Amino acid sequence: MKGTAKFVQGNEACVEGALYAGLKFFAGYPITPSTEIAEHLSERLPRIGGKFIQMEDEIASMCAIIGASLSGCKVMTATSGPGFSLMQEALGYAVMAEIPCVIANVQRGGPSTGIPTHVSQGDVNQARWGTHGDHSIVALTASNHQDVFAITVEAFNISETYRTPVVLLFDEVIGHMRERLVVPEAGDMPIVERLKTSVREGVDYHPYLPREDGRLPMSDFGGVHRYNVTGLFHDMWGFPSDDPAVVHGLIRHLMDKIENRTNQLARYREFYTEHADCLLISYGSSARSARHVVERRRLRGESFGLLELQTLWPFPSEIVRNKCANARHVIVVEMNTGQVCQNVRLAVANPERVFLANRVDGSFITPTDIQRMLHLFQGKGV
Amino acid sequence: MEKVARKRKLKLHRINAEWCKGCGICVAFCPKGVLELDQADKAVAARIEDCVCCRLCELRCPDLAIVIETEEVSAP
Amino acid sequence: MAVKDYIRERFFPHIWCAGCGHGIVMNGLIRAIEKLAIPKNDIVMVSGIGCSSRMSGYLDFHTLHTLHGRALAFATGVKLSLPDLNVIVPMGDGDALAIGGNHFIHAARRNIDVTALVMNNRIYGMTGGQYSPLSGRGILATTAPFSNIDQSFDVVELATAAGATFVARTTAYHVREMATIIQEAVVHKGFSVVEVMSQCPTYFGRKNRQGDAVAMLKHLRDTVHPIGAKAKDENSDFVERGVFVRKDRPEYCAEYDDIIRRAMEGS
Repeated sequence: MKGTAKFVQGNEACVEGALYAGLKFFAGYPITPSTEIAEHLSERLPRIGGKFIQMEDEIASMCAIIGASLSGCKVMTATSGPGFSLMQEALGYAVMAEIPCVIANVQRGGPSTGIPTHVSQGDVNQARWGTHGDHSIVALTASNHQDVFAITVEAFNISETYRTPVVLLFDEVIGHMRERLVVPEAGDMPIVERLKTSVREGVDYHPYLPREDGRLPMSDFGGVHRYNVTGLFHDMWGFPSDDPAVVHGLIRHLMDKIENRTNQLARYREFYTEHADCLLISYGSSARSARHVVERRRLRGESFGLLELQTLWPFPSEIVRNKCANARHVIVVEMNTGQVCQNVRLAVANPERVFLANRVDGSFITPTDIQRMLHLFQGKGV
Repeated sequence: MEKVARKRKLKLHRINAEWCKGCGICVAFCPKGVLELDQADKAVAARIEDCVCCRLCELRCPDLAIVIETEEVSAP
Repeated sequence: MAVKDYIRERFFPHIWCAGCGHGIVMNGLIRAIEKLAIPKNDIVMVSGIGCSSRMSGYLDFHTLHTLHGRALAFATGVKLSLPDLNVIVPMGDGDALAIGGNHFIHAARRNIDVTALVMNNRIYGMTGGQYSPLSGRGILATTAPFSNIDQSFDVVELATAAGATFVARTTAYHVREMATIIQEAVVHKGFSVVEVMSQCPTYFGRKNRQGDAVAMLKHLRDTVHPIGAKAKDENSDFVERGVFVRKDRPEYCAEYDDIIRRAMEGS
């Protein structure tokens, strides 16, 4: 692959992806294990004329990036569990007001202060339902730094295409470990630019009227169109409304614009899934160990495969069901108490063949851990 | 050089009855007692001839219901 | 331009109660903008949640109606991205100084060029009359049925201590002073705080037997005096109005532009 090779932490790979995608404004607050994202951007952004600000807390950070997004910038913030909890109200605002933004959550052990320097994947369900009310969310993840870079670019592209916040669910192992990354040359990866309205000055601009292709053109603050943005249910001009038809229409729009595109938004990698007798499903750093196990078992002639999810929400149920169709056993590998396993069970026929191989003690789940659990599932003891 | 004294003359004193909520602020603070609330509890300029164009009613109205236009005339 | 050119007429008459001070502040704000002749496309109004924060919906600017207490955080994002725009932030006393207290002091500390309009009616009006950090000891409210034991902030002292470089107080009675002060606050390059002491006749007034809007405005007239007035010495209940702080200190966005310059030069 052509480009510039670097040996970096996953947090820095995320930074590179964001800058490649056109990030121009970052507001954040230090929190382990995401702090390096803020530190790198504090230096990289001003070098390209972008803006960085360390706000007084995570709530302010999420609010500030929304303000900046409405001013025309591609924006991002980064945090971990406790900060992600604080950001939920404003994240809901971005969902409701349809504001493009990217939120990176480098997960650590929780709940509460938890175990700041240790890994977990415990925020999967929070990313989906952390903010109140019926809504939909896009959440992506990756298991290696090249994919961290690519999925971060994807996050910005999806965010701008659908005018929605996108959550990047990385984890402490990915965030802090070092690995080779090749930053592609400009133009090698497609970048989606914000769709600006073509409505002329003096003509009525509707910030919330979708085009036929579903996209909603935006107009920057300071531009020729003056409109209102609010977190209240609103009409297509952005003004508050409690008319049941308007409320129903907006809720359906917010849900459908994401949920109806579940398959289009599904990103994943698959390894030997086609005839796999025993299919492992994993994501993030856990997938690295899962992949190792699959390769080892295959060397012994066993029919193993791996489905590595990169889109966690909207959960790609149909795709998961199809991939699992011919497997005798499905093993979900993750570092939480079964948050994705739960979705897999709901998605597949015969959920009794789905098992959870997990670790929730702050230690990284190793291939040995998975092997031991596989022995148990296969009835072979420890 | 002779200084010409200029006075303000009231050209228009309009109260939008749809917007007026009858709070009585303009009535209470008019220095000349020009205004009062009518039977529908809306402000009206009952003694418009006493108006000195101070425009305080226009500035004080919470509902932006009062619009005043003045013109300058040379005093004799 | 006339007043009607600055408002979204189709939403009038507005939702504020008869005699509500917020309408008077909006009136004064429009006069100030008109006097300054700032183009409407150059103004972004960012508000929080509450009766005061509904102001943004009624004015024909770029308007951003945000979350309770968070207006200044959103405003920081807007202003830092587009420093040439005029960012005006109307907030209530609870919105700005209870839930928004942290963002208030940090925006002041940064001295970011934004105008914070604290419309202090000493109550949470929209939710039906609960006490706020500005209500004051001894008053009655729906969540202080036995009388409030909370001491009140002094907004001027708080803003000054936090670093605001333009700090003023006026009242909804002193309409000419209010329009002038708002003008100065908008023009000032740095974080401006204007506290407008205002009346909520519906909740604060009624619960505390302060009478109707007229009576409450008369009370403001009689108890809020210009800075240094002798009347203040005679009665400790009296409050001062006027411009308390007008300082020139490095403004946040200008400082950050310097950072960008240095970073791009490779230093």
